[in-house]
Amino acid sequence: MSAERIHWFTFAAPSRFYALAGAVAPWLWVAAAALAAAGLYIGFFVAPTDAQQGDAYRIIFIHVPAAWMSMVIYMAMAGWAAVGWMLNARMASMLARALAPTGAIFTFIALWTGAFWGKPAWGTWWVWDARLTSELILLFLYLGYIALTEAIDDVRRADKAGALLAIVGAVNVPIIYFSVRWWNTLHQGATISMTAAPKMASTMLTAMLLMTFAFWAYAFAVVFVRARAIVLERESHADWVRALAHKEQIA
Amino acid sequence: MSWNSPADFFAMGGYGLYVWGSYAVTLLILAMEPWLAARRRERALRDALRATDMDTQS
Repeated sequence: MSAERIHWFTFAAPSRFYALAGAVAPWLWVAAAALAAAGLYIGFFVAPTDAQQGDAYRIIFIHVPAAWMSMVIYMAMAGWAAVGWMLNARMASMLARALAPTGAIFTFIALWTGAFWGKPAWGTWWVWDARLTSELILLFLYLGYIALTEAIDDVRRADKAGALLAIVGAVNVPIIYFSVRWWNTLHQGATISMTAAPKMASTMLTAMLLMTFAFWAYAFAVVFVRARAIVLERESHADWVRALAHKEQIA
Repeated sequence: MSWNSPADFFAMGGYGLYVWGSYAVTLLILAMEPWLAARRRERALRDALRATDMDTQS
């Protein structure tokens, strides 16, 4: 039986990861495009106009999924950074580095679309309430992580310093999530609750969930592409990278 | 469906600036990022090739 066991740790080898991510990425792009097309169609042509907010609410289809991604990606980044640090696993550290720019981008999108929704809904682009401020801190944590890791030339030391920053900064994520409960915020409460029935129309919910899955597929795809680039950068003297470089040059 | 004409659709019930301002920037960023990531991989591959060539020459 032992011969049939799947050797999961082999995927931790950068060369295996490189091949696997390269095989999966095209399907993830297709999934992201198809899910986004379905989500936007339902969001703009099936979901009705909101009785209170008019059509401004349609920003929710990107705002809430982007905000979710900003938090999920941070936890994944901190988690992989911690694994890379504690177990000295190279691929885990590379994944943490690959996740950071995508997390920062989704955080920026959450803030940008939030401002464009806040203006018609509250009459202001920005307010220093707990939800908005903690999300802005998340953006600074991502930018700080990227700046710190890029500033240190020795990659192993850069990974460790980044891991420390990412792990300490992780306390901010539950603060973002619970901010609307812990403080009186202008920002509305949770859109989706595990315990209560959704308060929004089912077509609106469907569109938002489809966009969430689209963003998930997108995030996996783009992080895989970036992680492959990082593998090549760090393993540039490995035989398999040299062989690959020659092969792709001929192709 | 909520729209009677394309102009109606783009107006978004008077919220066109906010809705399209959100979607346009999101689309722009999510188109740029994969392009930059793909370029980074190609550059890394070119650098690896150059390193190999230098080694074989020396």
